[in-house]
Amino acid sequence: MSNATALQHSIAAETGSQEFLVFSLGEEEYAIDILKVQEIRGYENVTRIANAPDFIKGVANLRGVIVPIVDLRIKFRLAEANYDEQTVVIVVNIADRVVGIVVDRVSDVMTLTSEQRKPAPEFGLSLPLDYIHGLGNLDDRMLVLVDIEKLLTSEEMALVEEAGE
Amino acid sequence: MDITDFYDTFFEEADELLAEMETHLLDLDVDQPDQERLNAIFRAAHSIKGGAGTFGFEALQRTTHLLENLLDYARRGELQLRRDIVDTFLEAKDMLNDQLDAYRQGGEPDPEALERICETLRRLALEEIGHHAEADAPAPTPASKPAAEPEPAAAVGGGRYQVALLGVADKDRALLIEELGQLGEVESHEGDVEQYRVVMKTSLSVDDIEAVMCFIVEPEQLSIQALDTPAEPVAEAAAPQAGKAEQTEQAAQAEKAETADKPADAKPAAPAKAAGKSASKAPAGGESTSIRVPVAKVDQIINLVGELIITQSMLNQVAEDSDTGKDTGLVTGLNLLQRTARDLQEAVMSVRMVPMDYVFSRFPRLVRDLASKLGKEVELVTEGKSTELDKGLTERIIDPLTHLVRNSLDHGIETPDRREAAGKPRTGRLLLSAQHQGGNILIEVIDDGAGLNREKLLAKARSSGLSVSDSMSDDEVWQLIFAPGFSTAEEVSDVSGRGVGMDVVKRNIQSMGGHVEILSKPGQGTTTRIVLPLTLAILDGMSIRVGGETFILPVSAVIESLQPSADDLYTLAGGDTLLKVREDYLPVVAVHHALDVAEAITDPTRAIAVIVQGEGRRYAVLVDNLIGQQQVVVKNLETNYRKVPGVSAATILGDGSVALILDVSDLHRLAQSKKDNRIFGNVSHLVEEIEPS
Repeated sequence: MSNATALQHSIAAETGSQEFLVFSLGEEEYAIDILKVQEIRGYENVTRIANAPDFIKGVANLRGVIVPIVDLRIKFRLAEANYDEQTVVIVVNIADRVVGIVVDRVSDVMTLTSEQRKPAPEFGLSLPLDYIHGLGNLDDRMLVLVDIEKLLTSEEMALVEEAGE
Repeated sequence: MDITDFYDTFFEEADELLAEMETHLLDLDVDQPDQERLNAIFRAAHSIKGGAGTFGFEALQRTTHLLENLLDYARRGELQLRRDIVDTFLEAKDMLNDQLDAYRQGGEPDPEALERICETLRRLALEEIGHHAEADAPAPTPASKPAAEPEPAAAVGGGRYQVALLGVADKDRALLIEELGQLGEVESHEGDVEQYRVVMKTSLSVDDIEAVMCFIVEPEQLSIQALDTPAEPVAEAAAPQAGKAEQTEQAAQAEKAETADKPADAKPAAPAKAAGKSASKAPAGGESTSIRVPVAKVDQIINLVGELIITQSMLNQVAEDSDTGKDTGLVTGLNLLQRTARDLQEAVMSVRMVPMDYVFSRFPRLVRDLASKLGKEVELVTEGKSTELDKGLTERIIDPLTHLVRNSLDHGIETPDRREAAGKPRTGRLLLSAQHQGGNILIEVIDDGAGLNREKLLAKARSSGLSVSDSMSDDEVWQLIFAPGFSTAEEVSDVSGRGVGMDVVKRNIQSMGGHVEILSKPGQGTTTRIVLPLTLAILDGMSIRVGGETFILPVSAVIESLQPSADDLYTLAGGDTLLKVREDYLPVVAVHHALDVAEAITDPTRAIAVIVQGEGRRYAVLVDNLIGQQQVVVKNLETNYRKVPGVSAATILGDGSVALILDVSDLHRLAQSKKDNRIFGNVSHLVEEIEPS
């Protein structure tokens, strides 16, 4: 972690605010902890993996590292899965793994204070409650704060082999 | 800079020294001990003692000190070696290993064990030599030739020394001076980076000082001279060797130092030291020609070279596709780049290769201990020690091999009496061999014991609930011992027979991309054969095309390829297709079916059949096209994803896209399970397997 980010992080911890990367899947806006994000790249050259669930689009080459690419839109039926020039892949670092997630668009980076973060309602969201930190309130926008680590390491994502297999 | 920074270096060196000590001890002929060997054992103990002293590892220092004294008597012929004495030495060596481990963990060795071993060594000294070992400690000297061995009283009692540090950086120097201060009394120190002189008074010998310093600086950077000690006997020994080039230089440097401010009578000590050092170094195997590098650094270079090769093939493709490809200058340059890149890759890969000796060298001890424990007589023979294998693989093969060797000793080789009754020599023979076979290494564990018992295996399999029949072939019966929880040992011993084991051995070997098989003849012995790839980092691949996708088949698995004609294809009732190749009927696996590839050629007569072999089974793989052969860098899929059925790993193609490397044995299983699903209508089964809910 560079000094700058470390500093930001400590400031964030003191004030209870946190930075999020905001992206959209269909109509809804989602946000994930920016510290989990490694980079953002275009959706290209993804090699299909046979006999894998449909939301695992395959694997891609990230400068010599083979990275699985997941489409959450398909997994949670959030939106129609179109792939065009606007489609981007957010490469995240979770549990010592690198995973790419396909999103429709990355909008911006936002700082949310603790007041702006609300607990998520029990139902009504497209994502299971287990994977949601809460909701972010930003003027008239509602952001779903996703616990990306928990989501991607969950059994139903089938990204990580269970122990003892 | 802290002295603890050097701990790791010391631990590594000590580990190596102990391993070396063990090898020599095991090879030692007690009736006619080889002088060189005795010296080597002594030197190892001595060096460890020196280091232990520096770092304040007291237990280690005490044990090595006692051991060293005994060894010193042995090498001077004053201690007549016997087998049980060598056993005691080995025991002491094990204790040193334990102590090292304890220090490495940041703890202190078990004091009881320390007392026990010290007592054993002391008693041994008392009984065999009649002296008290500790009280009568002779001066340890590093000279390898007894003739050149200087035994001056001064070396025992110590004295004043001038320690010259040549080309030692400032930060290390301060540490060294501090270190010297702990060894004795530093009287003065002055000089510059090129040559820094420390005058000190100590009760230690030159060797002890040097042994301590050598954990921090190279021997070449050090020149120690005794001041005001009688130097004649040393000078005599050194005289004939002083002519050697590197020593002359050192001598000249030492001389320069002396003419500056020291009395001339100390002069001969420096060359003597240099001569002694280089003489003792030679048999140790050229330290100065090798360097110790963390494996991670080597792996990083391998990765980068892999990237370079990908970039290079990308350039080639671009040149071929464009008009500039006709530029002869460019073509020549690209060809040159290709060749150099390949050579570079080979050279880098060879860095990771280590001889099998690294693995085999740990077995003499194991076999010796185990045989005496079991009351058996076993002769261990190793062949192909110089066969090279990837470092990563050698480390992972040790456990399975250890298990196999234990099994052979415990279950395979019979007791001497039983062997005699069977008309075999009393001493059993265990052969460990390694050899290259194409792109693989073949490792065999062969014993001349009783062999596997067919009836017992079958009975045991039945009682463990495995489905077996009497009509099974011998080979099939032998493979039963790889089933989980299978052990035929009549009673559980601490050697083997807990029923965990052979299945783990098989799994370990399979995870390394290899396979294991067992051959056995009743009364004649058992052979376990392990086949492993030489390296896991690169692979000779055949690129194939199916639909719009590219896959890689390992060339080592490919036997031939052909275009099937309709006459040679036979469709069976179950939906299976067989292909007749000369006299054989081979099952056909279509890649597009096994891996669900769209828009592939489905008519076998228009496709290409690649005949492959995996896990001893031959079959035909149907693909659309063969693209060509190339070396590919193997990239693990499991680093960021998980195991994919039918696929062993991935690689990156010239255009930067990822291609999957097919696992020939797994592909067959995958096709089989898909077919079963289709027949029994149980389609969800496979999906469940991949997507656990």
